[in-house]
Formats: sequence, structure tokens, C-alpha cells
Amino acid sequence: MRESEPTPSLPQIAPSPPSFPSASFPPQTTGAATDPPAQCGTHRQGEAIMEHGSVTDSTASTFSIVEEDHTLANSVRFVLNQDPRVAFCGYSIPHPADNKVNIRVQTTGDPAKDVLKDSLQDLMVMCQHVRGTFDTAVTQFRQNNPTGMNIDQNKKK
Amino acid sequence: MPKKGTKSRKGTDDEPKQEEKNKLPEHLEVQRTRVVCKGDAPTEGFQYAGAFAAMGIDNSVSADKFCKNFKVVVNRLTEDDMEFDMIGIDASMANAFRRILIAEVPTMAIEKVLMADNTSVIADEVLSHRLGLIPLDADPRLFEYISENDVPTERNTIVYKLHVSCKKGSPRLTVKSGDLEWLPEGSQLPLASPAQSGDKQKTYTSFSQSQKDILEKPLGVKFKDITIARLGPGQAIELEVHAVKGIGKVHAKWSPVATAWYRMLPEVVLREEIKDADAEMLVAKCPVNVFDIEDLGNGEKRAVVARPRACTLCRQCVMGPTGEVMGPTVEQVELRRVRDHFIFTIESTGALPPEMLFTEAVRILEEKCERVISELS
Repeated sequence: MRESEPTPSLPQIAPSPPSFPSASFPPQTTGAATDPPAQCGTHRQGEAIMEHGSVTDSTASTFSIVEEDHTLANSVRFVLNQDPRVAFCGYSIPHPADNKVNIRVQTTGDPAKDVLKDSLQDLMVMCQHVRGTFDTAVTQFRQNNPTGMNIDQNKKK
Repeated sequence: MPKKGTKSRKGTDDEPKQEEKNKLPEHLEVQRTRVVCKGDAPTEGFQYAGAFAAMGIDNSVSADKFCKNFKVVVNRLTEDDMEFDMIGIDASMANAFRRILIAEVPTMAIEKVLMADNTSVIADEVLSHRLGLIPLDADPRLFEYISENDVPTERNTIVYKLHVSCKKGSPRLTVKSGDLEWLPEGSQLPLASPAQSGDKQKTYTSFSQSQKDILEKPLGVKFKDITIARLGPGQAIELEVHAVKGIGKVHAKWSPVATAWYRMLPEVVLREEIKDADAEMLVAKCPVNVFDIEDLGNGEKRAVVARPRACTLCRQCVMGPTGEVMGPTVEQVELRRVRDHFIFTIESTGALPPEMLFTEAVRILEEKCERVISELS
């Protein structure tokens, strides 16, 4: 895993939400704009994930995740968007050459980090369910269509 | 095939649409669950939890709700190709699976070519590139990744050799992928440095045991009839290749799929009855025969939607006679796609069967979540 850079060289993302290309705007927005200017609140060095938030307000944060892309970010964005506790969420890839993605989460009161964690947990549960359902469907298909038939189909091609 | 298509179409038509009690008005429900395609490009609506909060309708999708509604129907499953319907899933997740299938499910592919002799007309680097793209019949789950400083062992490297020559005076020889010979004992090329006397000659790999002992079946190439090169009389190729584990993100040769794609289920709705000559015209217009004619008796005919799954949304049916996008039938025929119904197709290159590939892809997305969760806490 690549080492994260030290704080000063990082682009400062908080407080006002930058224009994320694929973001929705729910009716309610939090007071992120009134926060003290950009603090890197709870970020720790040497990790693959950094949280850029404010010290005083834990309800709005940007999570910077290295070595991830649209694959994870867009799925998480979808799950976050379906969470009633989320006031705003969106993600962006700051530069196509950078191997990282920023996920912005603003909530209606809960800590952004917890909400993000819950969403990831939900996504995982959903994936497990997809895998289970898929396996059952395949087994069922195999039962209804004995393999001999499939091989014949293959040969015909 | 068409039989299966009809079967699953019926299934989707009958099924009740998600929301049970509080129903949205019809036009909003269509907006929520369908992508409507008029003459213009479809506009993408964004769905979030509170979208219909003002009407007292909860639009959130909890994991429970998702699990209750999610369905998979397999339409076709062969050795290296499958099609299935995923119902009740968002495009973002379907797309994640697709992206992972193409770029992040690992396979084995030839990464190093040790060229001992190449007198053919095909240049070393071109030959190497061709070799790299040959699909290997090796289960990647049995191997480990090799990093730059690792020693190639039986756990992370597969060695093949290619030793072909065309005798003087004989006709031209075509070298096929089947000529690659698996070396379960590892490399046979001695290292340049002189080995200590008595010791086993050092080679480019250090296998501690034969791969025959750790693998259930012998390794080979998936297709034996891929042309690698052609040799003229007197030309020869002698080389050894090392295949390692990798992912499609690094190089497409590691991609386990020829391609993987999905499309949303098309839905064709006739808003008014289309009869007689108009019906004939509509049927004739459609290049994929979505519509059929139903005989109403007493000499009347009516157009019906018979095969909506075949629809490609070409919009011929709503186009006017001179090709204008909003033709006279635009009010009669509505083309839609079901927002949460995906027809997913996977074409495997052969390392793993397609159903295994999908399972692996889902598992990789899970691992991604897991990693981020553990990093967050």
C-alpha cells in the first residue's frame, strides 16, 4: 500500500463542498460552510485512508482513499445516498493520474465516519447476498438443464 | 434461445414492483423505476433516500430491503459464456461487478520470455507480446502473486517452453499455441553464471518440488490452435516463458474475460391500440421484430409487443418517415428500460468458468469494503 503524504502537501478540501460531478442535492444541508477553515481533523499518517474534516464538527468529512476508484466509490455513494441520515454525499477522483478517490459525506447529525462505515457494512452484506443468490440460481439452472445439453450447445457454435 | 427469452419476460411482467403499501402516483413510479427513452437521450434521474419524503414515501434501500427484492435468473450457461438477469440491483453495483470482472479478477498470463533463439521473421518483442496474450488453462487461485524481488518458485510461476524449427527444404511451418510445452519442474535454461561443481545447475527458477505434485491436473494452454508465428525453411524458435499471476488493470492479458457487459431490460409499451395498416407498418419498421400482429377476428388486426427483450432501443419505431426523431408514433409507442433489471453477460477467456468469475468479482468487492472498514476503525 502506498504511503500517504504528510498533511501540508494535501489539497485542503473542507469546508465548502467542492463541485462533485455526480452528487445529488437533498433538501437539507448541514452547516459545513460555517465551519472554521480547513482542518485535517482526525487524520493519521501512513494509512491508506485519510479523513479530512473539521475538529468541531464530525458530521461532515471527506475521506481520501488510495488505491480505489469508481468501482468502490460509486457503489458506496449509492448506498450512502439511500441512507436517511445522509444529507449530502458524493465522490470525485481529483486527478486521473492519482490513484485515489475522495468521498464526501455530510450527515444530519451522526458522525460521518460512522455513517460511512455503516454503508460499507451494508454494501458488504448486499454483496454476500448477491453471491448467495447467484450461486443458488446457477445450481438451480444446472439441475434444470443437465450439463450434456450445454456441451452440445457449445459444440454447435 | 427465443424460448428462454419469452419465459423470463413473462416472469418480470408479473412481478409486483417494489413498494407495497404507499404507492407513488403512476407517473412518478415510472420515473423512479424506469428510464424513458424518447427521441432524445434519456435523462438520468438521481435517487436518494428522501426523494419522495414530502409524499411520505420512504425511498431508502436498506440491506434488508435489498436482500428481500434481489433476484438472479440464469438464462444461459456454457463452459465459457453465460447470461443472467440481475433484478433489484442498482447500476452502480452492477457496474462495479463489471469493472472488477474486467480489471481486477486475477488470472495467469505469460509475463517473461527468455529468448534462446529466434531466427524467424517475427521480431522478439512482437513474438513476446503475442505469447503474452495466449489464454492459459491454469486456475489462478492456486498461485500467489510474485513481486519484483521474489524468487520464481512453483507457487508463483508457470514455465513453458517453445522449441520449434522448420527443416531446410520443408514447407513453411505454422507455430501454434499447442506447441508450448509445460515444464512442471521449472526452467531448463541454465543461469549465465557458472554453477559450483557438483551442485545442480542453477536455472532461472528455483522450484523445490514438481508442480505435478501440487496441482491436480496438468497445465496447458486453453486453445491449442492460436497461431504464434510462421517459420520458413531453416528458421527456428527456442524460448522459455514464465507465466505469473496478475490483474487486468495492469495489462489486459490478465483480464479473465473476453468482455463482460450488461444492459437494462428493455420495455416497450403501446400507449394506444395500433391497428390494421398502422400495425403492419410498425411491425415492418422494427429491425429486431419486437412487434407481432394479433388477429382480432372480423378482419381487424392489432399490434402487440411480443419480444421486448430483443429491443435495442434503435427508435426506428418512433421515428418519422423522413428520419425525424419525434415521428408521428412517438405518443403511441413508449420505449423504456427497467432501471433495476440488468441482463448481464460474461464471456470467459477460459481460466475460470464464467459463474466462478462472477463469484470471485463479488468477493473482491467485499474485500474492498472490508479493507476500508478496517482502515477506518
